[in-house]
Amino acid sequence: MDAILPYLPFLLGGISVTLQITFAAIALAVPVAFVLAAGRMSRWAPARWGAGFVIETFRGTSAVVQLFWAFYVLPFFGINLSPMVCGILVLGLNEGSFFSEVVRASLKSIPPGQREAAAALHLPGFYTFRRVILPQALPVMVPPFGNALVLMLKFSALVSLVTIQDLTFRAGLITTSIGRSGEVYGIVLVIYFVMALALAAAVMVLEYYVNRAAGRDVGALRSFFSGGRSTVPAWAFWR
Amino acid sequence: MSGFSWDWAFAWSVLPALLEGLSVTVQATAAGSLIALPFGLLWCILRLADIPVLSFVVRFMVEFLRGTPFLVQLYFIFYVLPKYGIIFSPLATGIFALGVYSSARAAEFYRAALEAIPAGQWEASLTLGLPIGKVWTRIILPQMWPIVAPMLGNLVIAMFKDTAVLSTITVLEVVARAKDAGFQTFRYLEPLTIAGILFWIVSYSAARFLRRLEDRHAR
Amino acid sequence: MRDVRKAFDTRVVLDGIDLDVKAGEKVALIGPSGSGKTTILRMAIGLTRPDRGTIEIAGRYLWHEMRNGRLEPAGERNARLARRPVGMVFQQFNLFPHMTALENVREPIVQVLKLSRAEADERAVELLRQVGLSEHRGKRPGQLSGGQQQRVAIARSLGLRPKVMLFDEVTSALDPELVGEVLLVLRELAHATDMAMLLVTHEINFAADIADRVLMFDAGKIIEDGPPSQVIRDPQMPRTKQFLRAVNER
Repeated sequence: MDAILPYLPFLLGGISVTLQITFAAIALAVPVAFVLAAGRMSRWAPARWGAGFVIETFRGTSAVVQLFWAFYVLPFFGINLSPMVCGILVLGLNEGSFFSEVVRASLKSIPPGQREAAAALHLPGFYTFRRVILPQALPVMVPPFGNALVLMLKFSALVSLVTIQDLTFRAGLITTSIGRSGEVYGIVLVIYFVMALALAAAVMVLEYYVNRAAGRDVGALRSFFSGGRSTVPAWAFWR
Repeated sequence: MSGFSWDWAFAWSVLPALLEGLSVTVQATAAGSLIALPFGLLWCILRLADIPVLSFVVRFMVEFLRGTPFLVQLYFIFYVLPKYGIIFSPLATGIFALGVYSSARAAEFYRAALEAIPAGQWEASLTLGLPIGKVWTRIILPQMWPIVAPMLGNLVIAMFKDTAVLSTITVLEVVARAKDAGFQTFRYLEPLTIAGILFWIVSYSAARFLRRLEDRHAR
Repeated sequence: MRDVRKAFDTRVVLDGIDLDVKAGEKVALIGPSGSGKTTILRMAIGLTRPDRGTIEIAGRYLWHEMRNGRLEPAGERNARLARRPVGMVFQQFNLFPHMTALENVREPIVQVLKLSRAEADERAVELLRQVGLSEHRGKRPGQLSGGQQQRVAIARSLGLRPKVMLFDEVTSALDPELVGEVLLVLRELAHATDMAMLLVTHEINFAADIADRVLMFDAGKIIEDGPPSQVIRDPQMPRTKQFLRAVNER
């Protein structure tokens, strides 16, 4: 364990890189998701196909392949992106494609009566979307968003494969120097886990505030922490 | 615009190697699923059975596996197993890691499916005097299956894509082959693009197949 | 409306309807479910487009335009202008759940009539007072009873000063004890305003009380049309008699 200590600062420095990538990619993924969802729901066929193509491409292929493609193939076309940009771009587009389905589903989940009421009140289309539909759709999107955020954290480890010096990459460097790979990677796993828990907790808080602003009944925040009672009774396993 | 030329000859020449890699990918996915699906159910049952200590440990492990990157888990297992005298081939190690990671995800799917069954079903079947074994096989499982099956189907598709990560521990699946071909000739365009297309073909067909199965079962 | 026809897939919902409503007229539409009453209302505000026929509101055609002296089909933009004088209250209230009662009433006034927020607030407060909900203006729909929500919905539509108000079974989704408060508001509107009102309702007695005219719908056609004293007290068609008898069995 003491062999690792001198390398600890270097290792922990990777946390900030990991978090940067995670948040930058998520910041890209959300607008991408909305744009793609809008494209898919558009009345204009080319937009539907275009969005559909992007979504299918990113969802149907492995993120690793996409990363390598951006890193190795794009320079071929004269597009030279820094590894960071590659990573953020690919992860953002990838997650954005998945999240666009969430956006679409939550927008469709708004009762049609809301749109009809808005039409009956002669409210303009933009206003209806911005002030009537969207505020009701957002609370629905938050839990999947939380999942997406944690997923992004996990995906961020992949960028170590394209030379970005995140937590995973640094762990690799350290093990190359001093071996002890079990301990190093073990520590790294724990660090990722702690980060994931922190993100999940932050999302719960976000959920609370978004639900409250949307007029939904929030009850007590502690209900989120109780873990909930399972509908499967324990005696189901004991005869 | 130097790279806008697609070298068909080269593309053809790398195809065999890539297809070999694809077969490894498929093998890994299949073997990994054979681990993940049954064990996922096991974790789920252990967790819900409320056994002191064990249930908690299982629940913690499942959360831990789901909340950490697969790549790092893979590295960990790859380096740690030999220390305990377990020597696997890289492929076997990869399959093991993939199976373990995916079993955690599967566990959550099983749990979600079980909890989607209305609570009243359990009580009602008990009051009807059915023995617990029959409750499971006749009442619960038939209701759980249509819910969990699509989720498991999507999980397998996701596993198929996750196998790409195995390339980092020298497993010669598609991506590893593609990178290899590219590295040797400095032309990455064709191998990686074909690799991507191969992934897409398989996962898209699988997704369509899944949807057709779903529709057929939905009465 | 002239020769309005509408079919959903193979089901003919409206079969050649001709209907004229005068300014300020209060019309009740009664009849069994699926007879087309709600569809007529939705057509009147442009939520549903007829397969055939024309609809004219206050001199403007909803789905057509006069071009070179001929009637040509027209699109959304024209419809939006044509249906401005119409307002609608829905069976499910359709209030915006993330806004307070005051905001629900105020926002259309700000967005459509282009009043300042302060002026719109004044109007909204007055409207809420008229429906008897002054103290509840800061509440969200989730905190209001069904009857209160519906009254907010009415106030909301009134804010735009429509010339025609459509009421689609506005009490059908309410607990029986809450129906009265909404009917009270409707009665006041009927007596105190000069809007035309079209009410689809199952409250026959109420209809008889406030309506100038009652229309009986069946299978996509208007089978009776006259003052309540005739249609309800002394119906001519057997179908009407049968319907009214069944309703009174409740």
